[in-house]
Amino acid sequence: MNHYTLDARNSLCPLPVIKTQNKVAELQAGDVLEVTCTDPGALSDIPAWCRINGHLVMRAEENDEEVIIVIQVAY
Amino acid sequence: MSTQRKAVALISGGLDSLLAAKLMLDQGIHVEGINFYTGFCVEGHTHAIRKQDKDKPKRNNALWSAEQLGIKLHIIDIIDEYKDVLINPKHGYGANMNPCLDCKIFMVGKARQWMEENGFDFIVTGEVVGQRPMSQRKNLLPVVVRESGALDRLVRPLCAKNLATTLPEREGWIDRDKLKDFSGRSRKPQMALAAAFGFEEYATPAGGCCFLTDKNYSDKLLDLWQARNSKDYEIDDIILLKVGRHLRPQPHYKLIISREDGENKFLKGYKKQFASIEIESHNGPLTLLDGELSDEDFLFAARIAARFSQGRDADKVTVKITRNIGEEQMLDIVPMPSSEIKKEWYV
Repeated sequence: MNHYTLDARNSLCPLPVIKTQNKVAELQAGDVLEVTCTDPGALSDIPAWCRINGHLVMRAEENDEEVIIVIQVAY
Repeated sequence: MSTQRKAVALISGGLDSLLAAKLMLDQGIHVEGINFYTGFCVEGHTHAIRKQDKDKPKRNNALWSAEQLGIKLHIIDIIDEYKDVLINPKHGYGANMNPCLDCKIFMVGKARQWMEENGFDFIVTGEVVGQRPMSQRKNLLPVVVRESGALDRLVRPLCAKNLATTLPEREGWIDRDKLKDFSGRSRKPQMALAAAFGFEEYATPAGGCCFLTDKNYSDKLLDLWQARNSKDYEIDDIILLKVGRHLRPQPHYKLIISREDGENKFLKGYKKQFASIEIESHNGPLTLLDGELSDEDFLFAARIAARFSQGRDADKVTVKITRNIGEEQMLDIVPMPSSEIKKEWYV
């Protein structure tokens, strides 16, 4: 299991989802990906994309400036 | 035991594509969704930026539709490929800069390519005969079939009974009797079908899903092309057309002035790419400057920017001009009176 990060800041919906989707396609089952976004829409869209595709959302949080979502790639 | 057939459905996030995919699922077809991102999709962009829209839902409707249907959704970035569709539309534009027929042909063609690469059997769209003036006229639906290369593997479940039979119907993969015969602009049949399926919430049918159908947006795009003397764009260009007030006092530069805190915050992300003006002595907007400006132009632009700050009526306003990162200049200027800001500057 490896930990990866993805910078999707200053991208607007659905680009953070597309970037996440493309990054996850390169990873192995069990790998963890931490995505950082500035579009608050990512807080609903990336978890929705994960639910559709069976990936686990380990953490999703928003502060004043950024949204951080941590995903574990489905087995 | 027969093989389960597989269809790729174009999912826009609207009601029609939701219903079309649902009709296929109910016939035992394995359906996966595909959604193309051109850069001009309305979705939640403006809501995501503007603070006053903070409480509006920011969900992506295509993802939401897929979740309602319980299907996978593949979102595909076609920003670069789409440029040729927009710049050179074989079938021309609609009322604004919307190349709807070429767009539909392109997207169905991309779905055909995806279908072939992924071992799927046919394509599903939510098109309805006569629903839209440009891309869904009865005489134009066969153009999409032909020019996309989808041919008889393109199924339009909502209006299939008004059209010629397709391969999936002839082969018995799907039952034509269970398809629909919707036509025209009325949304009532779709709403009744949605109710029958138990879909109580869905994206509003009116309003469109593409900025290119919007006159104001199209005007800004034309202005951009004219100013650059080139019909080209990057993703940041087309996103910035959705943000702020755009004023072009001279052909060689324009101001992008934020309208509120959310836009201010968003435009800050572009300060590395553009020269900017910030109001230091009063609350006010962040202004990006697109173009090559002389010293005199910077001063003129700063006076315009100050006009949109809370110092608009002050004798002087202090502004910070950043030409490049690290190259900052503080200036005291007199805000431009509103009477001197010409209507024709507004793009």
